[in-house]
Amino acid sequence: MTTLPEKTQRKMGLVIDLDTCVGCHACVVSCKGWNTENYGAPLSDQDPYGGDPSGTFLNRVHSYEVKPLAESAAAQLIHFPKSCLHCEDAPCVTVCPTGASYKRVEDGIVLVNESNCIGCGLCAWACPYGAREMDAAEGVMKKCTLCVDRIYNENLPEEDRVPACVRTCPAGARHFGDLGDPESDVSKLVEERGGMDLMPEQGTKPVNKYLPPRPKDQVMAASEAEIDILAPLLAPVAEEPKGFIGWLDKALEKI
Amino acid sequence: MHPAPSVIVFTTLSGLGFGLLFWLALGLPDVTGWVAFVFFAIAYALAVGGLMASTFHLGHPERAMKAFTQWRSSWLSREGLCAVGALLAMAVYGAALVFLEMRLATVGLIGAILCVGTVFTTSMIYAQLKTVPRWNTPLTPLLFLSLSLAGGALLAGQAIIALVLLPVAAAAQVAWWFRGDKALAESGTNLATATGLGNIGSVRAFEPPHTGTNYLLREFVHVVGRKHAAKLRMIALAFGFTAPFVLLLVPFSHFVALIAVASHLAGIAASRWLFFAEAEHVVGLYYGKR
Repeated sequence: MTTLPEKTQRKMGLVIDLDTCVGCHACVVSCKGWNTENYGAPLSDQDPYGGDPSGTFLNRVHSYEVKPLAESAAAQLIHFPKSCLHCEDAPCVTVCPTGASYKRVEDGIVLVNESNCIGCGLCAWACPYGAREMDAAEGVMKKCTLCVDRIYNENLPEEDRVPACVRTCPAGARHFGDLGDPESDVSKLVEERGGMDLMPEQGTKPVNKYLPPRPKDQVMAASEAEIDILAPLLAPVAEEPKGFIGWLDKALEKI
Repeated sequence: MHPAPSVIVFTTLSGLGFGLLFWLALGLPDVTGWVAFVFFAIAYALAVGGLMASTFHLGHPERAMKAFTQWRSSWLSREGLCAVGALLAMAVYGAALVFLEMRLATVGLIGAILCVGTVFTTSMIYAQLKTVPRWNTPLTPLLFLSLSLAGGALLAGQAIIALVLLPVAAAAQVAWWFRGDKALAESGTNLATATGLGNIGSVRAFEPPHTGTNYLLREFVHVVGRKHAAKLRMIALAFGFTAPFVLLLVPFSHFVALIAVASHLAGIAASRWLFFAEAEHVVGLYYGKR
């Protein structure tokens, strides 16, 4: 049924730290690796070794340059992983004509039942985040499942029962948990760091949150910089020599 | 948005076909027997031909029947139901006219409502999308309905109605373009809100996530088709509205009528191409494109 549930019992989702993401794309690779051989149709590639390669990915990392408003501040490069935000008001679900797209009541995960998907593409049109991609080989819509086949999978060791992207992130920039529970670690993290929604004006109420980059250290302008910032490092360690070394130093100077 | 030929053909032809069916359902023109047969054949060829074309862009057309199930939430599902309902009602109405020379006015009225409903639900598929600010306006259903009814009247040979509705549709078209050119800027969605980084400073897309293209860029970021937008708008106005209007004032002949209809179709096809090619999906912002 493509009507949205009025309320979900939990709001499972990701918190992505834009301050610590190093842009290594490991999450992209591990996502593709897990999801191409598990839930649903594989994530196909077209012309992967040719001149015009393309393929289906559920997670992609953009990089943005932000030029701070203050003239003196240096530009920042911010790596920006983007996947399905499992919105509370998911527009992709309600537009689906067949009921293939749905939002789960128990954990709020937005999924596609691929055997009902006719591949009309309207859900991808309705998503402002580009989180859905039609697989060119299978003709069905693919999207992030929040690794629904990992997080409840009792055949996996407990530490692996998180989405593949979270498990693999070497920088610890991705966090997984229940954002509907104010006492959860992810909710506290969002509270502490001022976690934000993407495109709030679209009214989708995303579950996934992004932690903004922390302010960077500022290099002082030349006029303010009376003191050489390197001075403490260049200052001589030894003062005037004393004792025997002092006598030797003076004696050798005289020769 | 990618101007998929199947969708352009579908919306153009079926819009015209359902417009013609609407006027036939109201008994304009009041035809029976063979003449009615020809009118209905043309209307069904356009409407059904368009619907068939629309299934070409599906990944799994064999599952299309499932699309009738989600009418509670989905405009696409509602469109499917309206279209099938309209075609069934008008089949009964048409068969009675052609074979029994009998006009079932009530069935006709139901058919007329369903025909308008089909065009309206088609337009709402686009108008509902917040992600495409150019489409997200009540002017979109107004445009689709006025085009369908004007084109239908032209095809039905209802000169006076067409002479009134063609300028109305042209006005709706111009108003739609005028609003659409400002729509993305006025929607409030930009790279700053898309990334949430706007309060640090000005954001610029530095590196895309992939070196090649992908589904998102192919489907939503179609810039090539906008190159000749101004010229195509003039072509759409001249062929779609002005030429048929002038030809309607010329003494009637079937040849002149054919030219008028062909010209209208060409103009509407150009307009529909722009409808897709000029539409900016907000996902393009993530790529620093529009």
